[in-house]
Amino acid sequence: MSYNAALTDLIIKMADDELIQGHRNSEWTGLGPVMEEDIAFSSMAQDKIGHAWALYRILHENLEGKDPDTFAFHRPEKDFKCSHLVEMPNEEYGFSLMRHFLFDHAEAIRYESLLDSSFEPFRILSKKVKGELKYHTLHANAWITQLSQAGEDSYQRMQAALNNTVALAAGIFEASPEYEDTLVTERVYPGEAILYQRWLDRIYPILVKASLNLPDPKTITPAYGGRQGIHTPYLQPLLKEMGEVFNLDAEASW
Amino acid sequence: MSQTITIASVYEALEHVMDPEIPVLSVIDLGMITGVDLGEGEVHVKMIPTFAACPAVSYIQQRIKTVLEQELGIAVTVTVDKEAHWQSNRMTSAAKEKLQHFGIAPPQVLAGEMHAEILLAVPCPHCGSKETYLRSPFGSTLCRAIHFCKSCGQVFEQFKPLE
Repeated sequence: MSYNAALTDLIIKMADDELIQGHRNSEWTGLGPVMEEDIAFSSMAQDKIGHAWALYRILHENLEGKDPDTFAFHRPEKDFKCSHLVEMPNEEYGFSLMRHFLFDHAEAIRYESLLDSSFEPFRILSKKVKGELKYHTLHANAWITQLSQAGEDSYQRMQAALNNTVALAAGIFEASPEYEDTLVTERVYPGEAILYQRWLDRIYPILVKASLNLPDPKTITPAYGGRQGIHTPYLQPLLKEMGEVFNLDAEASW
Repeated sequence: MSQTITIASVYEALEHVMDPEIPVLSVIDLGMITGVDLGEGEVHVKMIPTFAACPAVSYIQQRIKTVLEQELGIAVTVTVDKEAHWQSNRMTSAAKEKLQHFGIAPPQVLAGEMHAEILLAVPCPHCGSKETYLRSPFGSTLCRAIHFCKSCGQVFEQFKPLE
C-alpha cells in the first residue's frame, strides 16, 4: 500500500538522521573542548540515538519493519536515507556547533508539526521528543550567540561555519518525489517545503541576535541526494565503525 | 504467601523500588508508574521512562518485577506505557523535598511549556541562594542540568523540568 510505503520512507529518513547525528555527537565524548561540552554532546548523542530507536520501533511495530537493532546496524549504505549534513565529519568545533544549531531547530520544527499528525504514533512520540529537544536548541542558541560575540576571530569562524553548513542543512528538507503528495494529502505532516520555510523563520532571529548573516536562501543550492540513498564518502566509514561490534555476531543477544 | 493483594498493596511495594540514578527516589516518587492491573494470579504494572533515551529503563522494569514478586509472592509483568509520556510535573512534592536533601535542585512546577528563563536563578540546594546561573543544560545523566551558585561558590545539579 502506498500510504504505508510513504510513512516508512518518512520514518526512515527521520530516524537515520537521528542515528547518524547521534553517532557524530558521540565522537566528541572524551574530546570536548571543556568538560561541560563533552557532557553536552554525549548527552545529546544519547537523546538522538534514543529518538532513532523510538522511530525504528514504530517501523517495527506498526509497519512490519525489522527489529530496530538489525535495521540500524545491518543495512547497506544505499538503504540509508540520512541527509548529507549529518554525515559530515565533526571537523572543528565551530562546524559541529553550527550543524547542531541548524539540525536541532529543523528537528524541533518537524516534531512540532507532528503533534497533530494523522498518524497516531507520531503524535505520541512528538509530544515526548519536543520537550527534550528544547534543551538541545537552548544549548545551541547559547553557544551560537556567545561565540559570535567573542571577538573577531571567533565571529569569523562562526560566520564561515554558517556559510559552509547552510546548504547542507537545507538538504534536510529534501522531499520524496514519490511519496510527498501522499504524506501531505493524508495529513501525516505539512510537507518539506513548509517545514523549510518555518525553519528559516525560526533560525533567522537567533542569527540576527548573534550578528550572523544568513546567506540569501535564493542563492542556496540544497545538498540533496541523501534521501534517495546517494551519500557522501563520509557515510560508509561511519557505518563500518558504528556497526563494528554488532556485526561481529549479529545473532548475539545483549 | 496468603496475603490478599490489592492495588494499594502493589503501590506500597512499588515505593520500595528505587531509581538507580537517584537512589533516594522510588518509582512512585518520580511519577513513573502509570497503571496497575490485578489479573488472575498476576499483577501488571505500566511504567514510563523520564527521558526517551533513558538507559536504565529495562533495569528499572526488572527491579520492579523482582521487588514486587518478592514482596507480594505473585507473578508480575512490567510494560512500558506508550500512551503516556513523562513530565516533571508528575514528580510528587515529597520527591522534590528528598531530591533537595540529596543535593539536587528539584524541577520547578511548569505551567504550560518550558521556557529557557525558568532555568535561571534556580535556588541552590546547598545554601538556598538564588544568585545562581545555568552552566550547562546537560549533566551527569540525561535528566540533570548543571548550575553554579555565586553565593556559596559551588556547582550543583538540577533535575530538569520537562514538559
